[in-house]
Amino acid sequence: MSRVGRDLRVAGVVQGVGFRPYVHRLATGLRLSGRVGNDVAGVFIEIEGTQENVTEFLSALPRDPPPLARIDRVHVTACAARGADGFEIAASRDGGAHGALVSADFATCADCLRELFDPADRRYRYPFVNCTHCGPRFTIVREVPYDRPRTTMADFPMCAACGAEYTDPTDRRFHAEPTCCPDCGPRLELGGSTDPVGDAVARLADGQVLAIKGLGGFHLAVLAAHPTAPAVLRARKHRADKPFAVMVADLRQATELCEVDEIGERELTGPRRPIVLLPRRADARISAAVAPATSELGLMLPYTPLHHLLLRDLGEPIVLTSGNISDEPIAYRDADRLAGIADAVLTHNRPIHIRADDSVVRAGTVLRRSRGYAPEPLVLPLSCPQPVLACGAELKNTFCLTKGSHAFLSQHIGDLTDHETYVSFTESVQHFQRLFGITPRVVAHDLHPDYLSTRYAGELDDVDLIGVQHHHAHIASCLADNGETGPVIGVAFDGTGYGPDGTIWGGEFLVADLSGYERAGHLRPVPLPGGDAAVRQPWRMAAAYLPNADLPVTRRHKTQWAAVVAMARNGVNAPLTSSAGRLFDAAAALLDVRDEITYEGQAAIELEQCADPSTSEGYPAAVHDLVVHGEDLLHAIVADLHAGVDRAVIAARFHNGLADAVVTCCARLREHTGLQTVALSGGVFQNALLLRRTAAGLRRRGFRVLTHQRVPANDGGISLGQAVVAARRTGG
Amino acid sequence: LAHGAGGKATQTLVEAVFLEAFRNPVLEQLDDSAVLEIGPSRLALTTDSFVVTPLFFPGGDIGHLAINGTVNDLAVSGARPLYLTAGFIIEEGFPVADLIRIATSMREAADAADVHVVTGDTKVVQRGKGDGCYVTTAGVGVIEHDRRLGPSEVRPGDAVIVSGPIGDHGITIMLARGDLGIESDLVSDTASLHELAAALLDAAPGVRMMRDATRGGVATVLNEVARAAEVAVVVEEDAIPVRPEVRGAAELLGIDPLYVACEGRFVAVVDGAESDRAVEALRRHPLGARAAVIGRVGEAPAGLVLLKTAFGGTRICDVLVGDPLPRIC
Ligand SMILES: [Fe+3]
Ligand SMILES: [Mg+2]
Ligand SMILES: [Zn+2]
Ligand SMILES: [Zn+2]
Repeated sequence: MSRVGRDLRVAGVVQGVGFRPYVHRLATGLRLSGRVGNDVAGVFIEIEGTQENVTEFLSALPRDPPPLARIDRVHVTACAARGADGFEIAASRDGGAHGALVSADFATCADCLRELFDPADRRYRYPFVNCTHCGPRFTIVREVPYDRPRTTMADFPMCAACGAEYTDPTDRRFHAEPTCCPDCGPRLELGGSTDPVGDAVARLADGQVLAIKGLGGFHLAVLAAHPTAPAVLRARKHRADKPFAVMVADLRQATELCEVDEIGERELTGPRRPIVLLPRRADARISAAVAPATSELGLMLPYTPLHHLLLRDLGEPIVLTSGNISDEPIAYRDADRLAGIADAVLTHNRPIHIRADDSVVRAGTVLRRSRGYAPEPLVLPLSCPQPVLACGAELKNTFCLTKGSHAFLSQHIGDLTDHETYVSFTESVQHFQRLFGITPRVVAHDLHPDYLSTRYAGELDDVDLIGVQHHHAHIASCLADNGETGPVIGVAFDGTGYGPDGTIWGGEFLVADLSGYERAGHLRPVPLPGGDAAVRQPWRMAAAYLPNADLPVTRRHKTQWAAVVAMARNGVNAPLTSSAGRLFDAAAALLDVRDEITYEGQAAIELEQCADPSTSEGYPAAVHDLVVHGEDLLHAIVADLHAGVDRAVIAARFHNGLADAVVTCCARLREHTGLQTVALSGGVFQNALLLRRTAAGLRRRGFRVLTHQRVPANDGGISLGQAVVAARRTGG
Repeated sequence: LAHGAGGKATQTLVEAVFLEAFRNPVLEQLDDSAVLEIGPSRLALTTDSFVVTPLFFPGGDIGHLAINGTVNDLAVSGARPLYLTAGFIIEEGFPVADLIRIATSMREAADAADVHVVTGDTKVVQRGKGDGCYVTTAGVGVIEHDRRLGPSEVRPGDAVIVSGPIGDHGITIMLARGDLGIESDLVSDTASLHELAAALLDAAPGVRMMRDATRGGVATVLNEVARAAEVAVVVEEDAIPVRPEVRGAAELLGIDPLYVACEGRFVAVVDGAESDRAVEALRRHPLGARAAVIGRVGEAPAGLVLLKTAFGGTRICDVLVGDPLPRIC
C-alpha cells in the first residue's frame, strides 16, 4: 500500500503540557511513523502512513488535547514519505521564529495528589511531585524551547526511575520537564531540621511566623485563627490594614469561613488557584487582624504539594501573604530580607527564575492577573503589524507585548517607584521579549510625564513612541477583554490619571474606539488639595467638596481643615480633578468610615462594605451638559446625616445615586451619538455594588454593557489597553 | 509653559533652544558657572534672573536672593566671588520705597559676601507687564586653586553631604503668600555660601563637586550628579536634615522637601574617606551647623537616585518634569 507523508506545525500552548506524548499516542495508535518535537515555534510533527490513517490523525489531533494544552493553529504541508521506522520523540531543536507559548504554573493535579498521600508510592509525601498536567512552568523557565536544561531544574539530573517514566510514551510523566522524585529532585530545608514539614507545622501551631518558598516567591504564614500571630505579622510587615489572604486545606474548610457559591467553588478548585474573594461568614473562626473592616475574605486552596502537606498536617487555615515588607516586591531568590519578619524559613533548592504573585479574582472577574494566568496570551480583536511593547501604569503595573493577534500580558509587577520593583519590571520586559521572540518596534506609554514607565519608554532606542491617555487605555483594555473594537460609550472611573488638559481625570465619559476617543462628559472637577496627600487622606476631599461643612469629620481635622480649604480655594498644589475615586473618598470621610488610608482604594472598599445592599433608593445628582454633579450626592449625605438616617442606608443611597447618574449620562450620550454599547472600566468599577447597579440600569435602558473579566478593571489592565491602541494606530 | 520648576522640562527647553543657538565648549558643560581661562588666571562667570512672589518674605527679599544666588553659583564652582552686575526690570508705579528696600538689602548682602556691585541697568515696563520687580545679576569670581570640580568628577564610594536643613526657603515662600492662613516662624535660608564653600575646599582635598540646591531642590541636584557621573546616588531618608516646621508644612502642602528650593544650602560630594572631616569643617561655620552626610555614591543602578526609607524600602527619587502631579490611581 502506498504511504503518504505530512509535516505539521502546531502553535499555541503546546510545550510542557504533555502534548508530545499525546501526539505519540495518537500516531502509534494509527500505526503512523515519524516524529514529534519542540522547537522555538511550538511543536513540529512529521507523520507518514496510509492515506486513511494520516487523514484520521489530522482530524483527531485538535479533538482531545491534554488539559493544559491550547492549540491555536495547525499548519499542514504534504511531503513524500521518508520511510521512517516507528514514531519517536525528537530532541528539541533551536532556531527558527519564536512562537512557542510558555504555559502558566498550575496547581497539583488529582493524580499527583493521590501519589503524594499514597504510602505505597515512591513519591509519598514528596513536596515536589508534578507531571505533564501540573506543576511549575512560567516561574522556572529560563529560555525557550521549554525543556529541562532551560529551566531551573537543570541542576537536578534525573534518576533511573524518573528517566524511565520520562522516556515512556505511555507514562503521565513522559517528557514532564520538571519531574523528579526524592532520589533526584529538590529538597526542603528548614534551618537544618531533619523533618522540615513537621517542624514547620509545629512552629505554625505554636503561633510563629513562617516564611515558605512557593511557586512565584516566598510567602509569610501564620495560623489564621491564632489570637496574636496575625497581628504580629502585620506589625513586622508594616502592613496596617490591607487584608491578608487565607489558605484553606479544602472546600470544606473554605465553606466554614465563607459563603462559597458555584462560581466561587469553580475558581477555588480550578488549576489556576487564585485568591478568591468571598463573603465572610459571621461565625468564621479567624483572627480579627486577618482582614480588618472588610466583610470579604480572600481564600485559596493549596496549589503546590508542599501546601497540601502543610495544610493537611496542620488541620486548620493559615494566613498566606506575599513575603515582603509593605509595598516591596515579593522575595523570591532568597529570604534574607524576611529575616526580621519570619521566625523560620521553610525553603528549598529549586530556584525561582521569575517572580509571580498570587492572582486575585472575585465572582468570575480577575482583579490581579498573575500566577496561574501569566504568560498565557490573550487573543486580540485585531492583528498587530508591528510588535508593540506597552509599558503600563505606575502603581499596579503590568506590561504587555504583542505579536500578531496575541497579547502577552505580564504578571503583576507592582509599584514602580519601589526600586526593586522597577528592576523587576525592566528584567521581566527583557525576559518576555526573549521568551516570545518579540523585538518591539512600537512602544506605548501613559501620558503622565513622571510615571517611571513613561520614563522607561522615553529612554528606549529605535522605537516609535505612542502616548495613550490613561482612561482611553482603560476603555481600550475593556474592549480588548471582550474581543471588541468599538466604538462605544466608555465610562472610566478610577482614582487619578493624567488628562491632556492639565487636570487630573478619573470620572470620564468617553466616546471611544481603539484608535481614539473624545471626552464627552465627566464628573464636575474639584481641587485635589495636596495632590497625592489628598489621595492618602480622604478627609481632604470632604474639605475640598464641602468647605463649610460642620460635621464630625470637620471637627476631627479642625487644626488643618481651614488650611486645606485654602489650598483648594487658592490652587496651592491643588490640581483640579474629576476623579470618581476621590468622590468616594469624600463620602467615606463624611460617613466617618475612613479619614486616612494605608492601601490603595481602602476608603471606597470600606464604604462599599458598609453599604446596605437591600436599600434601593439613590440620591439624585444633576447631569448638566454631560457633566455629573457629584457634589449633589455629598449634600444629600449631609442632609441624611443631620436627619439621623442610618449610615449603611446613606452609603447605599450614595452608590445607587452615582450609578443612576452614570446611566442618565450614558442615555444622553446615546441621544448625541446613537451608540448602544457601554464599556465600564477603571478601578472604581471593582466596586460590586456600583457595578451591579450601573450595569443593570444600563441594560434596563436597552444598552449592551461590556465589563472586565479576564483582565483587571484597575491599572493592571492599562498596558493591554495601551497595546491595542498602539496596534490600531500603527495599522492593526 | 510648564518650564520653570527646574526639572526635566527646564533642561529640555534650555537644551533645545539656547544650547542649540549658542553652542560652544564652555556652555556645553551646562554648569551654574562658566570657568574661563584668561592668561594665567581662571575666572568663573555666572548670571541668574530672580522672580519671586512675594518680593519681601520672612528672612529676606528679592534683593538678598539676587546677590546670594549669584554669589553662591560662583562659590560652589570653587571661585572666590569678586564683582557683580545688577539689572532691574521695574513695573510702572512700583513704590520707590520698596525699590530702596531692595537696593538696601542688596548692599547688605553684598557686604556680607564681600563682593561689589560694579555696574547695572534699569528698565521700566508698563503697568501689568511685570510682577513689580525682576532682578538679574551676573558675577565674576577668581579660582585660586587647580582642582577640578563638577558632577562628572563624582565616583563610587563618595559621600553626599548637605550643608544644612533643607526646604526652608521654598516652604517659607509658599506660606508667605498668605493664602493659606498659616502662622509660622519659618524664615528663608537665603545666605551667601562663599565662606562655607571655601571652608569645605580647605578641609577636604577630595571635594568632587558642590551645587546650591535651588530650583527643584536637593533631589534635582542629586539626579544631575547621578546622570553626569553615571553613578547611583543612595540617600538615607532619616539622615536628611529637615526642620520639624518644614516637615509639617510640607506634609500639609503635599510636597516632598527633597524637591523644595533652598537659597542658602548646597549639596557637596566628597571622597568617602573625608566625609567626617568635611562635615566637621562645615559645622564649624554657623551656616553649616547642621551639615550632614545624607548618602553615598555607588556604581549601580547608574543614573538613578535611590531613597532608603525608614522601613528598609528603596524608592526611586526621580526628577519631576513640572509641578508634582498625583500618581496614585
Ligand atoms: Fe487608572
Ligand atoms: Mg542659579
Ligand atoms: Zn500532576
Ligand atoms: Zn527521581
